[in-house]
Amino acid sequence: MTTRSSDPAFAKPLPLATQTSAPFWEGLRRGEVCLQRCEACEAWVFHPRSNCPRCLSTKLAWRKVAGTGRLHTFTITRVPTAPFFADEVPQMLAVVELDEGVRIPSTLVGVAEDEIVIGMRVAPVFEPTVGGESVLLRFTKAWAPGPR
Amino acid sequence: MGLAGDAAIVGLADWKPARKYAGAPRFTIEQFAELARLALEDAGLEAAEVDGLVTARIGESSNFVPATVAEYCGFAVNFAELVDLGGANSVGMVWRAAAAIELGLANVVVCAIPGRPTPIRPGSERVLDPRWFYGASSPEYGSPQAEFEIPYGHLAQNAGYAMIANRYAAVHGYDPRAMAKIAVDQRTNACANPDAVFHGQPITVDDVLASKLIADPLHLLEIVMPVHGGHAVVVARRDRKPRWPHRPARVVGCGEHLAIKSPAYAKDLLSTPVGPASELAFRMAGVRRDEIDLACVYDCYTITVLLTLEDAGFCKKGEGLAFVRDHDLTFRGDFPLNTHGGQLSYGQAGGGGGMSQVTEAVRQLRHDAGVRQLRRCDTVYVSGTGGVMSEQSALILRGEA
Ligand SMILES: [Zn+2]
Repeated sequence: MTTRSSDPAFAKPLPLATQTSAPFWEGLRRGEVCLQRCEACEAWVFHPRSNCPRCLSTKLAWRKVAGTGRLHTFTITRVPTAPFFADEVPQMLAVVELDEGVRIPSTLVGVAEDEIVIGMRVAPVFEPTVGGESVLLRFTKAWAPGPR
Repeated sequence: MGLAGDAAIVGLADWKPARKYAGAPRFTIEQFAELARLALEDAGLEAAEVDGLVTARIGESSNFVPATVAEYCGFAVNFAELVDLGGANSVGMVWRAAAAIELGLANVVVCAIPGRPTPIRPGSERVLDPRWFYGASSPEYGSPQAEFEIPYGHLAQNAGYAMIANRYAAVHGYDPRAMAKIAVDQRTNACANPDAVFHGQPITVDDVLASKLIADPLHLLEIVMPVHGGHAVVVARRDRKPRWPHRPARVVGCGEHLAIKSPAYAKDLLSTPVGPASELAFRMAGVRRDEIDLACVYDCYTITVLLTLEDAGFCKKGEGLAFVRDHDLTFRGDFPLNTHGGQLSYGQAGGGGGMSQVTEAVRQLRHDAGVRQLRRCDTVYVSGTGGVMSEQSALILRGEA
């Protein structure tokens, strides 16, 4: 049996940017949330794409947004979703709906379990990965009231 | 438009589910051949009569799958299909076979999904492959899941279904005891099915709620039990024989719907694809919801059953928990559901999980379901669910008059 610690295949999976998505990850490094907006039909787009998922236009422009939104749903993992995440259990896995209307899979940080309410305002947290390879977009409870 | 009901399920094979299969490992193609033999024998058909096949992915070849299966089994076919809909494969295979038959492409179509262990290459050891952990999530480069979900821990199925359940709770309210009752009623059914993996092991609502919390709000006993097994059906032109060994189950309605791979991007997380799929199936069949004698619902999780009851139209949106409280879902009850025990209590043999819903439907239509046999069973609803409620399919089966 291959031991997990010696096998890179068992290392925590990291995001690998593509030519299409690179501006998103570069934005996170600057502490900015950037989304694509379709110049043909005005749809906000996430995840990043080559073509708009509403009209298939290729005219997608990157825009900086506030990164604030509402908690759409969540779960707290009592067993790891995979061994790679055993050190993070219990994870507060979340889906956030940004104010632009797009949804983003992420996690909640800096929140107590009993504070989590679906619909609560959330704000972005820019968290570098342990090895500094990338910056992940996590969310926390926003204290300032936002648009309803 | 739609299916005329000229194709029927005329043969079936079920390998009794086992927590750990005790026999020798066999390749997927070997298992396919054996399941085909058993299902054809059940139908009273010869292997030479097979002129169509539908398969899921196999372990021995990543492409040219239907040809690999056809050659191995010795089938010369006019219709060959590889279906890649996860847990919706079962239903998806049956309606594709029925459609091919009604188009005149084929007369006898074998659909099989093996789920027993396969051999490992001599000289190599069974290593823990990290890919197994990803489940329905793709870790491949360029996969949106690999880039935007997996690095956060969003992978496999439990968390996705749990997040759907929590969203349901926020929008419509939640009753953990009613959710647990879905698992309990199916366990009651399993206790009337000697083939079920949990036969002889009844549970209570308190047992479900006391079982380990896996991902809030889902407990261990609300989550499918993986087993070894396998299932097959033979779909044929119903007039191919003047008399069949068993009552044919006519395929009179079908539907399928999908729009997303990850539930995060669903337009409405609580309006699942089984809604449009079921609406198509009921409309095609000309059958009303209250004409259904048995619902065979894909039940990888309790929440899947709840949302399917609502979205398939057996009750209104938001009233599923009350529906579960108000109805007895056992084989003795007023709304029999998964009378074999479902995946939750009969067991799910890998990708073949949903096929047990199809074979149970056929057994009940044949009046061949032993002590769990329904008094009246002429019309059955079957659903299939792939991924995290991403692809879903529905069937209406009707017993031959
Ligand atoms: Zn557009």
